[in-house]
Amino acid sequence: MGKKVLLIEDEPNIIEAISFILSRDGWDVATHSNGHDAVDVVRTKSPDMVILDVMLPGKSGYEILRELREDTSMRDLPVLMLTARGQSKDREMAERAGASRFMTKPFSNAEVLDAVRDLVLQS
Amino acid sequence: MGALNVLVAVCLCYVAFLFIVAFAAERSALRGNGAWLRSPLVYTLSLSIYCTAWTFYGAVGYAARSGLEYLTIYIGPSLVMIGWWWILRKLVRIGRSQRITSIADLISSRYGKSNTLAIFVTILAVIGTTPYIALQLQSVTLSFNVFAQSQAGADTDVLRETTAFWVALGLALFTILFGTRNLDVNERHHGVVMAIAVEAVVKLFALLAVGVFVVWGLSGGVGNMLDRIETSEIGMWQMQGGRWVSLIFLSAAAFLCLPRMFQVMVVENENEGNLRTASWAFPAYLMLMSLFVVPIAVVGLDVLPKGANPDLFVLTVPLASGQEGLAVISFLGGFSSATSMVIVAAIALSTMVSNHVVMPIWLAVTGHGASFSGDVRKVVILSRRLSIAGVLILGYLYYRLSGGGTALALIGLISFAGVAQFLPALIGGIFWRGATRTGALAGLTVGFVVWTYAMLLPGFGQGTILPTSVFESGPFGIGWLRPQAFFGIQGMDPLVHAILWSISLNSAAFFVASLLSFPNPLERLQGAQFVNVFDHSQNPQSWSGGMAQSEDLMIMAQRILGAREAQRLFEREAKRQGIQGVLPETTPEFLQVLERELAGSVGAATAHAMVGQIVGGASVSVRDLMAVADETAQMMEYSSQLETKSAELTRTARQLRLANEKLMQVSHQKDAFLSQISHELRTPMTSIRAFSEILREGGLSDAEQEKYATVIHSEAIRLTRLLDDLLDLSVLENGQVSLNLRKVQLSDLLDTAISSALSGVQTSLLKIRRDQAQEKYAFTTDPDRLSQVFINLISNAQKYCDGDRPVLRIETMEQDGRLLVDFIDNGSGIPRESQDLIFEKFSRVSPQKAGGAGLGLAICREIMVRLKGEINYLPGQGGAAFRVSLPLRQVNENAE
Amino acid sequence: MKNPGKRVFVERDGYRRRRLLDCLRVLPMLGAFLWALPLLWSSDPQAGVSTADAILYIFAVWCCLVGLGALLSYKVGALQDSDRDSLE
Repeated sequence: MGKKVLLIEDEPNIIEAISFILSRDGWDVATHSNGHDAVDVVRTKSPDMVILDVMLPGKSGYEILRELREDTSMRDLPVLMLTARGQSKDREMAERAGASRFMTKPFSNAEVLDAVRDLVLQS
Repeated sequence: MGALNVLVAVCLCYVAFLFIVAFAAERSALRGNGAWLRSPLVYTLSLSIYCTAWTFYGAVGYAARSGLEYLTIYIGPSLVMIGWWWILRKLVRIGRSQRITSIADLISSRYGKSNTLAIFVTILAVIGTTPYIALQLQSVTLSFNVFAQSQAGADTDVLRETTAFWVALGLALFTILFGTRNLDVNERHHGVVMAIAVEAVVKLFALLAVGVFVVWGLSGGVGNMLDRIETSEIGMWQMQGGRWVSLIFLSAAAFLCLPRMFQVMVVENENEGNLRTASWAFPAYLMLMSLFVVPIAVVGLDVLPKGANPDLFVLTVPLASGQEGLAVISFLGGFSSATSMVIVAAIALSTMVSNHVVMPIWLAVTGHGASFSGDVRKVVILSRRLSIAGVLILGYLYYRLSGGGTALALIGLISFAGVAQFLPALIGGIFWRGATRTGALAGLTVGFVVWTYAMLLPGFGQGTILPTSVFESGPFGIGWLRPQAFFGIQGMDPLVHAILWSISLNSAAFFVASLLSFPNPLERLQGAQFVNVFDHSQNPQSWSGGMAQSEDLMIMAQRILGAREAQRLFEREAKRQGIQGVLPETTPEFLQVLERELAGSVGAATAHAMVGQIVGGASVSVRDLMAVADETAQMMEYSSQLETKSAELTRTARQLRLANEKLMQVSHQKDAFLSQISHELRTPMTSIRAFSEILREGGLSDAEQEKYATVIHSEAIRLTRLLDDLLDLSVLENGQVSLNLRKVQLSDLLDTAISSALSGVQTSLLKIRRDQAQEKYAFTTDPDRLSQVFINLISNAQKYCDGDRPVLRIETMEQDGRLLVDFIDNGSGIPRESQDLIFEKFSRVSPQKAGGAGLGLAICREIMVRLKGEINYLPGQGGAAFRVSLPLRQVNENAE
Repeated sequence: MKNPGKRVFVERDGYRRRRLLDCLRVLPMLGAFLWALPLLWSSDPQAGVSTADAILYIFAVWCCLVGLGALLSYKVGALQDSDRDSLE
């Protein structure tokens, strides 16, 4: 029984790709594709880790992350942030919001897998 | 001599009685329990000085000569009184709020406190009034003569010589005694007013008594009387319309302008409420005064021998009937009429002469400002007394020189027409802000010249002063200047002619000169104060003050007001300013109060000049100018200007703020441009990279392989499209685009756009409604570019319209030479704050929703700019709405 | 900002008050009209109005005007005493 990963991302093709890579590696992947209720979804699904895109309809990834971190039960939840903007200030913002790791698109599949494994092991 | 002696005795008693009445009134006013002195009844009765000896004796004579025409002399004033709300109310309010002392003061004050104007009006008033005073003296003399003639042995010649003299002397004494007892700040004379009120009762009673005697004693009742009127000469009277109307107008005008009427009506007015009562009570008085005139005239013509002077019927009819007692009463009535008129006229004229002629001269002669010595108060009273004496001497001399021959009525009318020349300046002054001093002077001058030439001089008879040739062929042979036929209009009644021309030329000169001249600030200020007296009954102009020495002002005020009065005033003002002691600060407010108090004694112009001498700079101050600017009308104008300006400012500020907001947003967008490009490029590349790695690793089913290859393919296409869009936009922005212009049909263009916009979408719910009949426009454009715009708009609607049953309406119309194509959907539209941004690059109302790069509308805008058209968001259409407009220069007329 | 003291519409009492003042303003015009009527009478002494009748007519007008004037000034006086401002 693999650990549960929640992928919050709005690009259908990217969802497809990441789901495929992680499932093949034995992870239990759940997906969600908008920002409004992302926090609630995280609460109800209580995954072992979250992959969070920054640009989401309704609510930005930073805001979702901030809310998650305010909740004591999810303060230590590993969160991998994905962004398509490659600027350094995006990385800073992610770190300030409390991201466990930050990754710029496009990434190699191996990178994603490594990151996910590391984060789950660390926790 | 018996009857005559009795008459003289009665007369003296009567005069003594009047003295006592006047004295008692003054006393009780001084003690402060003179409320009854200010009653409406006393006010109404005091107005009766309008009814002079001319009325008392002359009206009967007038009726005997001209029938009912005498009534016009009473109808005019009745109308003025009944219409008190229009003119009199305003005059009284102005008189009270500006401390007006005479009609000359009113006119001078209205036109910028001009002393020139005051002197002018004063002189004209003296010219107009002197014959009238002579007339009163004459009437008293004549009435004495009647008694004298009724007994043998009386020396009528001596009587004629002496009566007028003694009467004039007695009147001068009375007037001086009660008219100048004190320098009342309000120019009110309780003693005099009370005396003339008593006289008013006496004359009314006398005339009614004679009338009752004539109707019931001699004619046997009303019915018989009316029959008698029918059969008499007067019964054959025919109305002359011109005279009827002119005389009503003339008497109304004179009622307002006669100096003595102004004195009792405005200056002596204690309470505006009195006017209300007088408005109907005085017409009633006039009605009673004129009630028995015709019967007396008819009976007089019947009873007395032919050639008897009809002017004396009031006396001679009772005498002829043996009613000596009644005749004495009647004599007292006439005497009362004459004396009350002379007294008030003398007071009014002396105030004017003293304030506007003597005082300014005296001030100019005796030095400057506070340095003059002596008590001005004494000087003022002395000059007032001398003026009274002077006025009466003038009247007496006129009487002696003219020989007292002319019919009473004629003198009366000439005098009326003379003072009526004040009317345009007076009425214009209180109702028309545009009236100027120059206008008033011009009008008065023209009016008086015409009056003198067409009425006064001919009144002495042809050949007396003006040679007969002037009447026949005009002065120096100028035909159209004949005194009684101006401009060659012949056959007009001389009286109507003179009134018509003098008043109309006067008014015209007044009006035109007012229009052409420009008033000085003080005139404008006073004009506003007078015309809008009900809006601000306070505050005439104010002094700049500051430099004036309170002490100097005190010295001057003491001289004019008397020491006690002045000290009381200064103390009161000091207290009001919160200052210990007697001397207040010379604030503009204080100077204004002081000037007004002084004006009550010496007239506005003089008071202004006196304070000016001390304060230094009698010119108008900045404060005055500001006060001018404060006038209500200007205030409103100014405030509406301010409102406009502030609205303009608000608009500009809003535009600026909007521009600023947009700039900030645009700059923010520019800043975000790179990261946007980065995002747009990286997102598809992420999928491509991930799936290509998956494919490379192998181990996939065929279906999976194909699926992932398709993803890679479509993402590659998306990348390409993005790059195309970017290039397209860049080309459009740099103006490097080459247009491929062709003639097209709008409906065709829309057909292709719709089909290609919806082609890639399998399950489009979007319904498109259009009216193809509307779309019959053929025009020249770049069809590819324009349909690119249309496609973009249609696919936007297809993608973003969030209505339950999405509908896109496409509406076409022509407006102001432009072709308008609207695309309106029924979704929730674009929020207000985003509407300004949607045409910017990479702006998307709902990010990520449809995978576009947010360049579509930016491209559309650029295309429309190239096509010399526009694309705009149309707010308030229910859903998202875009308007594409194209100039019709490119668009030809309707294809059909 | 524009003349705060004057309102465009007034309550019923104020309205009555203004119409009363209108009457007061019209009264002199009525008088002038009635007194000008003799101008229209025939000037022919046989057919026209006799002098006695003319006297009666003119004095009747006078009485009416005095009566109306008294009535109106009494009413206006009552108003002016009750409040002075609204009349200006």
